[in-house]
Amino acid sequence: MSYTWNWGIFWQGAADASGTWLHYLLGGLAWTLATTLVAWVLALASGSVVGVARTLPAGWATRFGNAYVELFRNVPLLVQMFLWFFVLPELVPQALGDAIKQMPPPWAAYVPATLCLGFYTSARIAEQVRAGIASLPRGQRMAGTAMGLTLAQTYRHVLLPQAYRIILPPLTSEFLNIIKNSAVALTIGLLELTARARAMQEFTFQVFEAFTAATVLYILVNAVVVAGMRQIERRVAVPGLIGGSGPRTGH
Amino acid sequence: MTIMKTPVLALAVAALAAALAAPAHAQALTGTLKKVKESGTITFGHRDSSIPFSYYDDKQQVVGYAMDLCMRIVDAVKAELKMPGIQVKLNPVTSATRIPLMANGTTDLECGSTTNNLERQKQVAFTITHFVTATRYVAKKSSGIKTLADLKGKTVVSTSGTTNIKWLTEANAERHLGMNIIPAKDHAEAFLMVDTGRAVAFFMDDILLYGLVANAKNPGDWIIGAEAYTVEPYGIMLRRDDLAFKRVVDAAMTRIYKSGEINAIYDKWFLKPIPPKAVTLNVPMSAQFKRVIDNPTDSGDPAKYM
Amino acid sequence: MFAGFDWDVIWRSLPYLFREGMTFTLTLTALAMTLGVVFGTALAMMRLSAFKVLAAVAGAYVNLMRSVPLVLVIFWFYFLVPWIGGWLIGARQPIQVGAFMSSVVTFTLFEAAYYCEIMRAGIQSIPRGQVWAGYALGLNYRQTMAAIVLPQAFRNMLPVLLTQTIILFQDTSLVYVLSITDFLGAASKVAQRDGRLVEMYLFVAVVYFIISYLLSHQVRRLQTRLAVPGPA
Repeated sequence: MSYTWNWGIFWQGAADASGTWLHYLLGGLAWTLATTLVAWVLALASGSVVGVARTLPAGWATRFGNAYVELFRNVPLLVQMFLWFFVLPELVPQALGDAIKQMPPPWAAYVPATLCLGFYTSARIAEQVRAGIASLPRGQRMAGTAMGLTLAQTYRHVLLPQAYRIILPPLTSEFLNIIKNSAVALTIGLLELTARARAMQEFTFQVFEAFTAATVLYILVNAVVVAGMRQIERRVAVPGLIGGSGPRTGH
Repeated sequence: MTIMKTPVLALAVAALAAALAAPAHAQALTGTLKKVKESGTITFGHRDSSIPFSYYDDKQQVVGYAMDLCMRIVDAVKAELKMPGIQVKLNPVTSATRIPLMANGTTDLECGSTTNNLERQKQVAFTITHFVTATRYVAKKSSGIKTLADLKGKTVVSTSGTTNIKWLTEANAERHLGMNIIPAKDHAEAFLMVDTGRAVAFFMDDILLYGLVANAKNPGDWIIGAEAYTVEPYGIMLRRDDLAFKRVVDAAMTRIYKSGEINAIYDKWFLKPIPPKAVTLNVPMSAQFKRVIDNPTDSGDPAKYM
Repeated sequence: MFAGFDWDVIWRSLPYLFREGMTFTLTLTALAMTLGVVFGTALAMMRLSAFKVLAAVAGAYVNLMRSVPLVLVIFWFYFLVPWIGGWLIGARQPIQVGAFMSSVVTFTLFEAAYYCEIMRAGIQSIPRGQVWAGYALGLNYRQTMAAIVLPQAFRNMLPVLLTQTIILFQDTSLVYVLSITDFLGAASKVAQRDGRLVEMYLFVAVVYFIISYLLSHQVRRLQTRLAVPGPA
């Protein structure tokens, strides 16, 4: 193999003179996390609203919820990324479109990436929330109404607290997914971890070192999230349920 | 660099000695020649939008100046191996993937617009230079950009994996320009970033910028900066440490130059209408490149082309 | 709102988009699915194996693949597969692997980790008594697996496997980062050449939506039809 290994590369100065290559990659990790966390808040909020809507007695709410989930689930993430970044600014009034495109760096890539990831993930969370509520015995809802609670109160005090606790394991995997999916943002120029590993590879020609470092960082983040969620799952487990969960698709 | 050169020189001498000692047909084939002989195919790395070197025409075929040169090189390989039936396979590469894909054996000849420099020669080899260009920027006329200083604090774009983005990144840090540099996947995408207002300027080899502007919707909207920031000699890439193959390729290139065949190929792509829109780039041969034709060189040192 | 757009560009590039792009996407999806399910099933059996080493190796592989972004895996394999191939056949030089083969290998190896987890759940859903019944009939491990456990596990998991395949179909669009001409890659080449991003990307989104929607609709129908009678 004619490849020259050089693990010392991480301690050499990066091309943008901001520090070493290690700093450069860690800066990328920070952007990955910043994208992920904000998108996650957005996904959790809108996913919950849509998920609840799909379980409401009103037919129009269910239909809206279903359409929302189908829309975001049946178009590839990369294509959605392009729609947010390239297409949306051309479809709104020109002044607004120009304002979007001329956002100061790096927000011009960060904002569409976060919105895209947030909405993409929200459809998947909506599906989990709906399934979580649907898995509760019908008696729970009836009991709520029988006690004189309004529909909103039944959701707030009876259904949702249980549903969230049940769907915590699938939510953990959705959170892990959103971290990984944030790498797709490199296609619109966001310098997150994978993009920076690629850039480092181009500048230094140390392909395998750069990608190994990125891989290790992703594994570490993954491990931290899994360990953290285990703690939370244990604390909020619904007494009397076996727990565990079925197989899940996705990445 | 003297330390670098000695083993290469020694190898070259050894290869030369071997070539003289044994008749060509008796030599055991090595490296790429052996691979081509055994597989009956040779793989070109080609580009998406390196106009007019290697790009898709309106029928989605890959065409260009570098592609024509590579086809001539294949003719020489066919003669060398006495295999008229060698098939050419095409593999798309980007600026970011071309060097790893050459090193890992996916491509045999990279027919595009790759700058030959000493740093890259540690990874890959280059045959005789086939063009000499320079880094400039392209911007919309309406932006009023005149110099590098006007770009202070602005968003600019360049293609990831190029010498241009490397120069830009370093210059940005050295001169404290505070530009935000976006890496794009390929030249067309980078150009589009400026077209759609995502970035103010696109830094690239000027010849590629001429090609992109000529094919733009409104070529008149664009302006290419007056100042040239670097000198970029282009070479067709080969695998490193494959002297037997490099000898065949270098000889083919030298023959194209010495026979004057280069003039027709050059005119076809730089002085006559080219696909997809039948525009003419109208870029006459530079004095720098004329010197290369007179004295073919594969040097990766920009100073040699001044 | 759509003034100034040229929708005709879609019509003009239609043959190229489908003949080159969609063919690549569908072939890649089909091959990666088939090979991925086979390799994924093998991994699932390793994970459930009594040999601790086998189980640990398969577990580590699956967890690794599931921790890393697909984009990063695509870069890894595009650069690495020729070296691994060369090493496998004992060649001194890396072997030549084209863009298509490399994509097939990448998606097979990546998706196998996901198929593995689905098949593992499928195998675990089979009552242990079935395995004992197999042994009691004088079948060995391989025969029990092949004749009794895997067919049922496969049938139980078919809807989930197909759902994962729809995700795979969408994921193949990520080969865009390597400039490969899949459906999205073909569309983006036309889009960039003609400056028709809005038209092309909207069209791509619509096509992916229709195909994925119809497929997932079929999967749901299959799910109700396949449901094993008796207690759920």
